[in-house]
Amino acid sequence: MGVGITVEHLNAFYAKTQALFDINITVQANHATALIGPSGCGKSTFIRCLNRMHETIPEARVEGKVLIGDLSVYNGTSATQLRRRVGMVFQKANPFPTMSIYDNVAAGLKLNGFRNRKQLDEVVHKSLQASALWDEVKDSLHKKSGASLSGGQQQRLCIARALAVQPEVLLMDEPCSALDPISTGKIEELIFQLKEQYTIVIVTHNMQQAARVAEFTGFFLLGKMIEFDKTEKIFTNPSDKRTEDYVTGRFG
Amino acid sequence: MPQVSIPLISLRRRVMDHVMTGVAVLTVALVLLPLFAIFAYLVYKGVGSINLAFLTKIPKGPGETGGGMANAIGGSIFILGIASLLGVPLGIGAGIFLSEYGRNRYGDMVRFVSDVLNGVPSIVIGVVAYGLVVMRQKNFSALAGGVALAIMMIPTIARTTEQMLLLVPQAIREAAYGLGVSRWRTTISITLRTATSGVITGVMLAFARVAGETAPLLFTALGNDYWNWKINQPTAALSLQIFAYAISPYDDWHRQAWAGALVLIVLIVSAVAAVRIAVRHGTLAGA
Repeated sequence: MGVGITVEHLNAFYAKTQALFDINITVQANHATALIGPSGCGKSTFIRCLNRMHETIPEARVEGKVLIGDLSVYNGTSATQLRRRVGMVFQKANPFPTMSIYDNVAAGLKLNGFRNRKQLDEVVHKSLQASALWDEVKDSLHKKSGASLSGGQQQRLCIARALAVQPEVLLMDEPCSALDPISTGKIEELIFQLKEQYTIVIVTHNMQQAARVAEFTGFFLLGKMIEFDKTEKIFTNPSDKRTEDYVTGRFG
Repeated sequence: MPQVSIPLISLRRRVMDHVMTGVAVLTVALVLLPLFAIFAYLVYKGVGSINLAFLTKIPKGPGETGGGMANAIGGSIFILGIASLLGVPLGIGAGIFLSEYGRNRYGDMVRFVSDVLNGVPSIVIGVVAYGLVVMRQKNFSALAGGVALAIMMIPTIARTTEQMLLLVPQAIREAAYGLGVSRWRTTISITLRTATSGVITGVMLAFARVAGETAPLLFTALGNDYWNWKINQPTAALSLQIFAYAISPYDDWHRQAWAGALVLIVLIVSAVAAVRIAVRHGTLAGA
């Protein structure tokens, strides 16, 4: 089951440049929350702070408090432990090119020392079904490399890979930005189903997408969270003038 | 739409196209020519002396005909095995350090030293191994030869490994981090694995380069007219045997030296080819 996320007074930096300013947000469990805003506004930096990917960049650092369920992210939790509970799907599909489809999905478990072949088979099967890829790849699980799939299939493979470690939260950083409308549609459908089991935070440049998949939407501008509310409210009756300008296409 | 007429490609451009293609083909031929010339000449001079005795017998005394280089073939494989066992892990380890942890001044220093080491004459490396191993053991040995060759392999392997690991996109590492895989595990199981074929190319380059080395073995492995599989005893090597026979006054030994050179090249080519085939066999469709 998914868990909620609480963020309090979050600041993030790249060396001396501050990228996020005092972000406060509560994400509901088992819902999809979309983050929108113009390029460079800090959306991606923000979700990378939720699973401590931000700090893998040299000289990057974070201040503030993040709770995933009751787990305090920046207080004594190891990054590897945390990331097993908070999965991530990236902008560009990044399957492991030398691994088969099966090994790609099993990678998270195998590399963390899980060896039970029978259970692995089952997890791979379930994860690929959950990411709506099973029917397309079931005959070439061991024969084909993950990199031999089409772009849309690769992204669903990456989703399956993230689901296989059984996280509680799934972070998606513009998962459809490199995909055609049909693949995008498949992934959006998927997000709908995944909400039942996971809490989803999705960064998107596509406002229609935010409106379609998310119950809640946050609007970022220049490293600040301008407004956070029900998606419907953000798109039809935003409280802030800047949000209105953005969602009606007057800038950005 | 306005009617546009695309002018035909001028004669000058067509001629130039053919000329440049011809030049490219010619340069390739010039590069390959020495290789084929050497190989053909070795076959011409050496193949007549390769027989069962050559491949299975140890050398006869001066002036006697017959005998072979079996112990030298075995010794070469033995010494190269020791060198690879020492040099490959150290070289790959250093390459991993340079690529994943060496974006700093210490890394720059290692890079510089490694490049300098690559340019040190092989006979000097031999002297170093003499000082490090032979003087301490008070004995010429296969180990000393292996150490000398390993030192020569390390910089090549380290720098190519570094380059190959740097070619692995950051996104692949991030994918592993995102699954909760630790940094060292990511480096070994994801980054290094993704770069495997490039790293192996570096290893094979280093291996092929040291396989024919003679100078570093002169006062380390020394050579031996008999079989030896003891790591702390003087050991024969093909390159040493070729050298000794080539400067001897006997015709039969000259012929055997040619044959030895041919066998050495064939051994190197087959080792490289075998590794390549093994790697390709383990590669998936579309990878």
